[in-house]
Amino acid sequence: MTDIKMATAEHQTTAASNGNSELFKRIKNPIIAARNLGLFYGHNEALRDVNFEVPVNSITALIGPSGCGKSTLLRCFNRMNDLIPIVRISGEVNYRGHNLYGDQVDPVEVRRRIGMVFQKPNPFPKSVYDNVAWGAKINGYKGNMDELVERSLRRAALWEEVKDKLKESGLALSGGQQQRLCIARTIATEPEIILMDEPCSALDPIATLKIEELMRELQTEYTIIIVTHNMQQAARASDYTAMMMLTDDREAGTVVEYNETDTIFTNPRDKRTEDYITGRFG
Amino acid sequence: MPDMFQDAHSDDFKNNLPQRKQRGKLGQTLFLISTVVGIIALLALLYNITNEMFGLVAVQYQTDPATLSDRPLSELSQPELVTILEENISRGLFRRYDREAPIAERSREDLLALIDERVVGSQIVAAYPAIDSIIDRAAIEAEVAEKYPEARVEWKSWLNPDFVASPMSSTPLFAGVRTALLGSLWMISITILVAVPIGVGAAIYLEEYASHESMINKVIQANINNLAGVPSIIYGMLGLAIFVRALEPITSGAAFGIAGNNGRTLLSAALTMALLILPIIIISAQEAIRAVPRSLRLASYGIGATKWQTIRSHVLPVAFPSILTGIILAISRAIGETAPLILVGASTYIVTDPNGPFSNFTALPIQIYNWTSQPQAEFRNLAAAAIIVLLTVLLSMNAIAVYLRNRFQRQL
Repeated sequence: MTDIKMATAEHQTTAASNGNSELFKRIKNPIIAARNLGLFYGHNEALRDVNFEVPVNSITALIGPSGCGKSTLLRCFNRMNDLIPIVRISGEVNYRGHNLYGDQVDPVEVRRRIGMVFQKPNPFPKSVYDNVAWGAKINGYKGNMDELVERSLRRAALWEEVKDKLKESGLALSGGQQQRLCIARTIATEPEIILMDEPCSALDPIATLKIEELMRELQTEYTIIIVTHNMQQAARASDYTAMMMLTDDREAGTVVEYNETDTIFTNPRDKRTEDYITGRFG
Repeated sequence: MPDMFQDAHSDDFKNNLPQRKQRGKLGQTLFLISTVVGIIALLALLYNITNEMFGLVAVQYQTDPATLSDRPLSELSQPELVTILEENISRGLFRRYDREAPIAERSREDLLALIDERVVGSQIVAAYPAIDSIIDRAAIEAEVAEKYPEARVEWKSWLNPDFVASPMSSTPLFAGVRTALLGSLWMISITILVAVPIGVGAAIYLEEYASHESMINKVIQANINNLAGVPSIIYGMLGLAIFVRALEPITSGAAFGIAGNNGRTLLSAALTMALLILPIIIISAQEAIRAVPRSLRLASYGIGATKWQTIRSHVLPVAFPSILTGIILAISRAIGETAPLILVGASTYIVTDPNGPFSNFTALPIQIYNWTSQPQAEFRNLAAAAIIVLLTVLLSMNAIAVYLRNRFQRQL
């Protein structure tokens, strides 16, 4: 697979590709994998030749400068880009061996299995309870709803703070609480992967730390992919890190280096990665 | 200015500052003037209407009620009233009333009103505006005593319960707006039933489902925007051609087994009004839907909601207050529209209440328009009172809508 990519995408640095291939051999059981993924917004190329695998129950950080396609890549994993009519996608995203962009796949089902937490906390303008229950309800959850809500809120480390105000609006919570409510809402639909698009960028350091702790706890049950601009966060909270950059012709974004987080931060192979994480980028 | 602010640019800054502040002052003054002009215009309108609505009137009887019966008329029983009516009006007139509605079965109020109008024949021979009446009552009384020796001067509010409850009449003293009020309410109800679902539905489709890039959609959008500005008389002509003429079997009720009407019915008028306000509703609903934050939709899609679930549970509830505001504006426009109704054929003189979508009708603006063009001065007082009724209807509908809107906003 890597060989094909090497042949078709010579602009990619050899070092990064090799790093990928070695890592891919170590990843025995990827839950989700992008294969030669490319994406166009109309005539603008946003992603090119992205190859990327995520092992089960890991936390993977996507880092890179603004505009290099991190969020776009993340949204490819739950077909959120489908909501933009002009998007065209090539290549594959395999989830447990099935191509998410296959003919038989319904994006609605994809999004239930692969949940998403957004940059700005966006609880529904409903009660805390309904925020958590709604997703499960529309997806046909038949069990005890009160239990599910409590379980999800506990899982999101929010239960103690909101158990007395389940009927109050989700918008009345603080920013950090709102973001954890969004996580609880995602958990309630029982996904396998949780995508997080800069979940802490609107939060203060204490709330950020809480979310990071929460991610570590959630890791036992879920696979997490997180986009972040915060190098310390990537270093602290992730197992694997993918460095994204614009290609050499500066038209599209791609993954230039992907490895265990420790390796990326202590011994990056790509010069650009090193410059970026040490703050000398640009 | 203390010296600590002194630096290389401070001279320029200081020279500039008074001018900047002056410009701000100038702007503020202009805005204040605009507001004041608006308020003055509004007050002038209200003054005008109130001045016409109250005032002294000189009333004269043809027959003194005391000669008709020993007791006051209002205490007589229904059969006694029938007798008085039968004895005191011509047989032809009695038969005509009997044909309209059997006299023997009419209510006491109805009969009293008839006797008042036809037998007692109270007549307003002169009416004076409110301000004159208050300032110069003695002069008015002197004038009336001189010109109409038999008339009595009394204070009259043209807007009174009787005015709202009585049907149209050719005598100003007995004319009321019941028929017109009911006509307006019927019309606006049908208009709402037709225009709101279609308008909101079209807005949802155009905003949420239709491709914003396609040429057809852009043409449709441009058309809707232009239609919102088309003069209402043109909608009236459209209504006349389509609803009154072409669809006559349906709008007259003939297709539903109701015979004897032409196409100039409430239904035709309501459908025309619905067409008129449809673009307004569509545009405002579209804007309301567009204003729903994208993050909310993404949140919904992100947990596996379908498009319809997202629209139904998140987009519409959040957009609802703004959609409602658009609907209120549209309805306010429809209830005050006159021109299309003239073309579609609202009757100017009708005494029977509308009893369904297929009845002939009149509406408040038509009634007002009609009264203001009558030669007798008293009709202008009636018009003023009818304007107040129209404004009251408008305000109460707005109040209901604002109440609904606030309730829904609180729920969010």
